[in-house]
Amino acid sequence: MLDTLKLPERHYLNNGHGLKSWLLTKDHKRIAIMYLISISVMFLLGGLFAGGVRLELMTPQGDLFLADTYNKYFTMHGVVMVFFFLIPSTPAVLGNFLIPPMIGAKDLAFPRINLLSLYIYWLGAAFFFYALFSGGVDTGWTFYTPFSSFASNTNVIPTALGAFISGFSSILTGLNFIVTIHRMRAPGLTWFRLPLFVWAHYATSLIQVLGTPVVAITIIMVFVERAFGFGIFDPSRGGDPVLFQHLFWFYSHPAVYIMILPALGVMSELVSTFSRKTIFGYSFVAFSSLAIAVFGFIVWAHHMFVAGISTYSALVFSFLSFSVAIPSAVKVFNWSATLYKGSISFETPMLYAYGFFGLFLIGGLTGLFLATLGTDIHLHDTYFVVAHFHYIMVGGAIMGYLGGLHFWWPKLVGRMYSEFASRISAILVFVGFNLTFFPQFVLGYMGMPRRYHAYPDEFQVLNVMSSAGAGVLGIGYMLPVIYFLWSLKRGEVAGPNPWGASGLEWQTQSPPLTENFTEQPVVHGEPYEYTPHVAREANLV
Amino acid sequence: MSNAVAHADVHGGAHGHAAHHPKLQHHFETMEQQKEASTLGMWVFLLTEVLFFGGLFFAYMLYRIWYFDAFAEASRSLGIGLGAFNTAVLIGSSLTMALAVRAAQTSERKATVTWLILTIVLGCVFLGVKVVEYADKFEHHHVPGAHYIWAAEHAPGEGSAGAAASEAEHAAPAGGDLQRLTQIFFSLYFTMTGLHALHMIVGVGIMGVITWMAYKGRFDSSYYTPVEMAGLYWHFVDLVWIFLFPLLYLVERHT
Amino acid sequence: MGSYGIPLFPEQASSFAANVDALYIFIVSVSAFFALAVTIAVVAFGIIYRRKHDGEVGARIEGNLPLELLWSIIPTMISMVMFGWGASAYFEMRTPPAEALQIYAVGKQWMWKFQHLEGQREINELHVPVGRPIKVTITSEDVIHSLYFPSFRTKMDAIPGRYTQLWFEPTKTGTYHIFCTEYCGTNHSGMIGSVVVMEPAAYQAWLAGGTTEGTLAQRGERLFTDLACNTCHLDTGKGRGPSLQNIVGKPVELADGTTTTVDEGYLRESIINSQAKIVKGYQPLMPAFQGLVSEDNLVALVEYIKTLSPTATTTQAPAAPAPPATAPTTNTPPVGEKK
Repeated sequence: MLDTLKLPERHYLNNGHGLKSWLLTKDHKRIAIMYLISISVMFLLGGLFAGGVRLELMTPQGDLFLADTYNKYFTMHGVVMVFFFLIPSTPAVLGNFLIPPMIGAKDLAFPRINLLSLYIYWLGAAFFFYALFSGGVDTGWTFYTPFSSFASNTNVIPTALGAFISGFSSILTGLNFIVTIHRMRAPGLTWFRLPLFVWAHYATSLIQVLGTPVVAITIIMVFVERAFGFGIFDPSRGGDPVLFQHLFWFYSHPAVYIMILPALGVMSELVSTFSRKTIFGYSFVAFSSLAIAVFGFIVWAHHMFVAGISTYSALVFSFLSFSVAIPSAVKVFNWSATLYKGSISFETPMLYAYGFFGLFLIGGLTGLFLATLGTDIHLHDTYFVVAHFHYIMVGGAIMGYLGGLHFWWPKLVGRMYSEFASRISAILVFVGFNLTFFPQFVLGYMGMPRRYHAYPDEFQVLNVMSSAGAGVLGIGYMLPVIYFLWSLKRGEVAGPNPWGASGLEWQTQSPPLTENFTEQPVVHGEPYEYTPHVAREANLV
Repeated sequence: MSNAVAHADVHGGAHGHAAHHPKLQHHFETMEQQKEASTLGMWVFLLTEVLFFGGLFFAYMLYRIWYFDAFAEASRSLGIGLGAFNTAVLIGSSLTMALAVRAAQTSERKATVTWLILTIVLGCVFLGVKVVEYADKFEHHHVPGAHYIWAAEHAPGEGSAGAAASEAEHAAPAGGDLQRLTQIFFSLYFTMTGLHALHMIVGVGIMGVITWMAYKGRFDSSYYTPVEMAGLYWHFVDLVWIFLFPLLYLVERHT
Repeated sequence: MGSYGIPLFPEQASSFAANVDALYIFIVSVSAFFALAVTIAVVAFGIIYRRKHDGEVGARIEGNLPLELLWSIIPTMISMVMFGWGASAYFEMRTPPAEALQIYAVGKQWMWKFQHLEGQREINELHVPVGRPIKVTITSEDVIHSLYFPSFRTKMDAIPGRYTQLWFEPTKTGTYHIFCTEYCGTNHSGMIGSVVVMEPAAYQAWLAGGTTEGTLAQRGERLFTDLACNTCHLDTGKGRGPSLQNIVGKPVELADGTTTTVDEGYLRESIINSQAKIVKGYQPLMPAFQGLVSEDNLVALVEYIKTLSPTATTTQAPAAPAPPATAPTTNTPPVGEKK
């Protein structure tokens, strides 16, 4: 059976050749692939900046780069990773590719708007590159005023505009997903038969459309202040710099849920598939995605506990911040219960899922320290916060993204990658990640502030450990580039459903036709049904 | 789901193009689905616009509560006549827009084009008045930034420069507070009305395209969605102005 | 370095540090418990339920409502304990005792300037006596900074245009770190220093080492005359401005009918932005000193006015903003010279 598998004759990758057929495509799958290439380039760039940061931090003195250069490195690392990698990642690549087939549709509701969102992303990136080649920017990705509006003498405006523009890419993606999920489900596919991946993206899209416009207008206000000398946040003219923080974090807190929710959706698919068991507590997991989206909007000032907000505000926001933790915990417990009496196998996607379990758990639990007022006063703006958000963003979001990429890669390109190489990579990423970021929790409690390029001697040992881990992590991230590219020509042909997974996308050929389905599917059964028949057909390694 | 899927051919027969409305895009199954998707999409987009302007309204609300006196004084310097006229113009343009949608819905091509052109004209009148207002601000040194001056004895500007204006220019700048705090009002005034004007310009552009399409006979009772969607956008931009006008122009005018 | 012999914690050098550390350890324990529980479960399930043959599928289990409720409610209850403990610690950390010693801190790119009431001025170093509560009133001359004492477990942002405050009671003599913890530009990493906690006698000796300028309040009194404040703010209350005797800590009615409390923030704002909150019954005649008085001098004036209310204690700085003073000029005129 394995030897006679051939790639299908017609599929979306060979349906039209040449640059024009790609740049003017309306096919959500081609757009997803172009996003994949774009964000991979940006990830490499962001990683290089991180490499610079960790190199400098190996010694207590600021002896590798000038202070200004270091400040630019950590700023641009943040800007690239947040706006140009994490926010698009899973939705723009996996969401774009998979949502139509998962719901039995031929494309998203607005294919041309999908292409427009890609162009807008490129335009935003172009502004960023302009800022980069003009000497960079050093405000921190958070652009706090009045430093960003008056004191910084770097390329704040092009960077801010780049972030502003890329925000519209995010808004359009979210808009497209919302309309698609509401209006284009196949007959019989009710809301509670949707894959949890779709639920997660629906919740993400709600945040994208409601939150992103607020940071957009905030950036506009900083822009007019800096470019025209308008006074909105300028204290010497009666303005309030803390107002910027409220407006900024009103988006940027929900933004972190944009970054993690899709990965949580991937996790549901991976845990279910690789234990061949339906997700325990489906409706709880579905509603928890919505709960995270809603609660995520009412906790923003927990970033501002020491910013001079009143005691009473602080109490309210601390209390509400715990509410966000509960739905996340519910998901983790439900996935764990899914494994119980499952039939579990450990291909690479499942290794990423297990890695995600551990790292998201630590990341989420360390959020409790920051929601708790008594400890946050000490920990705010130290390396504890840096470790916390990297555990969620890298240990959570990126592991989820990579796990999803490894899971759906055969669907995307029709071929399998080397299982051996991918397992090595997954392990390197997990080990390297922990080595890089766990010491930073300790550094934070010891008092090492963020965004420092020079530090007191007693912090050196932990910093060296962290930098060493970063090296391992970097290698772990390089490997997929190699074996994924290798698989394009030399990988084993995958067939429609190499994992024995459930879901409409696995009913189609790999790679899919441009129109996904020749006839519209009609759905009768429940999601996540596994039968021995289909399980045996899976041609797993 | 793996064994329980049956495949149905929704078109009930061969997949022929003859059965399709020419405007049905291939990823939709029916015209109704297409129209519902477009409508939901436009409403979601308008929701993002509410949040977009919302940030500015929030900043305005905050500063107005803190610096009410300065805001009231600055507001009184705006020309209420022109502002009210513009409000009437925009409301009128929403009326002509609604009539255009209605005409498209009833396949009246000429009426559709006429009403759309009127909408464009009214939109341009609005923008023209805004140019006049902005020019007046510029002359009175009310544009925030390096050249901002808030004159101590301030006569309400009614648009054109006159004796009052030149007198205001030569009057000494007011004491620290008003110079600073009225500047915040004008920063928000220009950002909010500027953003609104930008949306109007885009709207006029969209109307141009829709008018041309209507002229070419692209719309009838079976397909007029673009006109309706453009109408929704236009109404929204009008609605934003209806909030902007009283908030900016009508602070403490009863005195 | 460690309070338990482990180099994982800074020194516990303030009265609430032990509470913060205990709270931290509580959360670590809860986190470790859940992390371990889940990890053991998923690893164990991964081993026990490892796939045995090709066609094997898992059991069909859809869910369990009691279990869902259990693992929603228990974490909620535990979070409430964390919240409660954290909130009470926070309340303590944000409520300075009335008898706290007052210090002023002004952050600027890229240094911390501390001013003692007795007139001592320090840059990047702060001497304090052990065993007494210390209240630091903080502002910035330019961008947002943040004053952090890891060994005291407390920090607060320095915001241009307003006063913020933090307090601590040092419990152990020694020298500990001061860091700036809000990114502020090129030399953010260099905006560090030391807080030197001394025995009371040593502290007095250090203070006596002294300054020729007199106390902070005396400097303020000189400025009060130099800037002609005394010509309107007569003690009798019949001048063009209200009397400044015995007003600190008391409510005052403003021209617009609202009431506010006279504290450092109000005093500072009324000097800079004099039209903002005029006392009822007085004309808006006071010139605004925005741009004419530096933050250092503002602090001196405020401190002087506080000495005119000998029995008062002040509360927290208000939330409403007032702009910062000029670009930094830190020179004070020598005694006797006109400004």
